[in-house]
Amino acid sequence: MTHVVGIDVGSTYTKALILGADREIAGRAMLPTGFRLTEIAEQAFGEALTAAGLQRDDVGYVVSTGFGRHQVRLADLKVTDLTAAARGTTLLFPGTRTILDVGGQTMKASRLGDGAKVKSFRLNDKCAAGTGAFLEKTARYMGYTTEEIGPLVATSKESIAISGVCAVFAESEVINHLSQGVAPADIMQGAIVSLVGRSVQLMKRVRMEPEFTLIGGILRFRRMADVIRKELGTEVNVPDGDLVQFTSALGAALLGHIRLGQLAAERGRATAAR
Amino acid sequence: MAYAAGVDVGSTQTKAVIIDEERAIVARSLTMTGANVIRAAEESFAEALAAGGLREEEVEYVVGTGYGRYKVTFGNTQVTEISCHGRGAVHMFPDTRTVVDMGGQDTKAIRVAPTGEIVDFCMNDKCAAGTGRFLGAASSALDIPLDELGPTALRGEKAVKISTTCTVFAESEVLSWLGKGKRIEDILLGVHQSIAARSTGLLRRVGVEEQVTFTGGVARNVAMIDALNRSLGLSVNVSDDSHYMGALGAALFALDHILAARVPSRQAS
Repeated sequence: MTHVVGIDVGSTYTKALILGADREIAGRAMLPTGFRLTEIAEQAFGEALTAAGLQRDDVGYVVSTGFGRHQVRLADLKVTDLTAAARGTTLLFPGTRTILDVGGQTMKASRLGDGAKVKSFRLNDKCAAGTGAFLEKTARYMGYTTEEIGPLVATSKESIAISGVCAVFAESEVINHLSQGVAPADIMQGAIVSLVGRSVQLMKRVRMEPEFTLIGGILRFRRMADVIRKELGTEVNVPDGDLVQFTSALGAALLGHIRLGQLAAERGRATAAR
Repeated sequence: MAYAAGVDVGSTQTKAVIIDEERAIVARSLTMTGANVIRAAEESFAEALAAGGLREEEVEYVVGTGYGRYKVTFGNTQVTEISCHGRGAVHMFPDTRTVVDMGGQDTKAIRVAPTGEIVDFCMNDKCAAGTGRFLGAASSALDIPLDELGPTALRGEKAVKISTTCTVFAESEVLSWLGKGKRIEDILLGVHQSIAARSTGLLRRVGVEEQVTFTGGVARNVAMIDALNRSLGLSVNVSDDSHYMGALGAALFALDHILAARVPSRQAS
């Protein structure tokens, strides 16, 4: 019962991450969310257990987060994505003051105070132009899949201006550029620059301050971090490898770990009193 | 007999209309705009000529309109789609004072004077929410052809409230409602109501004055007509040629040029 699980049901992917007694990552799993949230959370939970070589009984506490957190029936505790992200980023980068989280259908900026407390936050969840969906749509209009965005943009030589007012209107823009012979890589780069423009706006609205930590599925495209770094004129933290997608699940698991510790302490006191 | 033509290059479809001197429609055509806008305009005009059994020389004047109007390379001049929809709507329904034009990527609210001149207009230029694309998203999410969306929605009994604004997110919302066991008919009814509510907001910004004429490709959708009527609390005019209203307006402007050019020559003779 010493392990804890964080389950992050995001708009596009569901992530489950298991922490051991010493806060070490014991296993993780990621699945496309789809629209059966309860089932997908359980499936991700099961796959993470398998990856860690654990049984259900080994888990002492489950914390859910993300937009679908309320559908996670096996969760002992539900926390907002902002809280989970704050916990996860400060575990990885303790000096974090500003977090930018770019997911498939949301973009979130938050500013932290001491002890990973969220002081201020802004969300963009009304319009796809400010989220990963903008990049996915742009790629799809040109016949590329989401996973091809990274390799494609790596070959870009210059950035083509994409207005980024609407992910739907971007289609005509992309078609116009393609018909004028512009390279798809440069159009993709333009879309990233446009998305970065929007994310910097959002960070300004929470009165951003260093250190910056960037998380979320879209940050797996390293070019995104490069452009943000250039735009802000400062260094930014990015979790290694696919941990960038698991940061909120990690934060949720960490909260579970803390809660498990509290419960153990309470039990200890109760035993002592008896 | 002289003929005039209007070619309306829309974001999704290109429409061409040819009228005679009596302002009667003699031919119309509809093609997909696609990536090659110039070719779409040419094809559309060629198809209308073929449909009317006319030769290109018989059409004295061509006006281009729509977002791709400057790609109508054979056109004599261009007129904005706002002017053309206003003109076409007043021609079809002379008591029109407000026009709501719903196309593939934009929705426009236009207030017109009895002469057909534009008094005021308003459009969604920054965001595809509340446009035909919203229906396109629902169509692909539910795998139902566009033409069947309206009739299916009309069978809805209890509309599902669509909460997303963005067309891109609407697709996933529609799927999530389906996953929660809602009926397709009720989801679609909700989709239509959501678009009607957005368009009504746009119309209120220019002021709704009766009669209201509904134009553009989406005006062929029976459920959208119904949802607009309910949302506005009145009955909108819809013609079988609503889809061609912009092209018709353009053709009427073209005819103006032909007739105006004749006046001095008549005086001279």
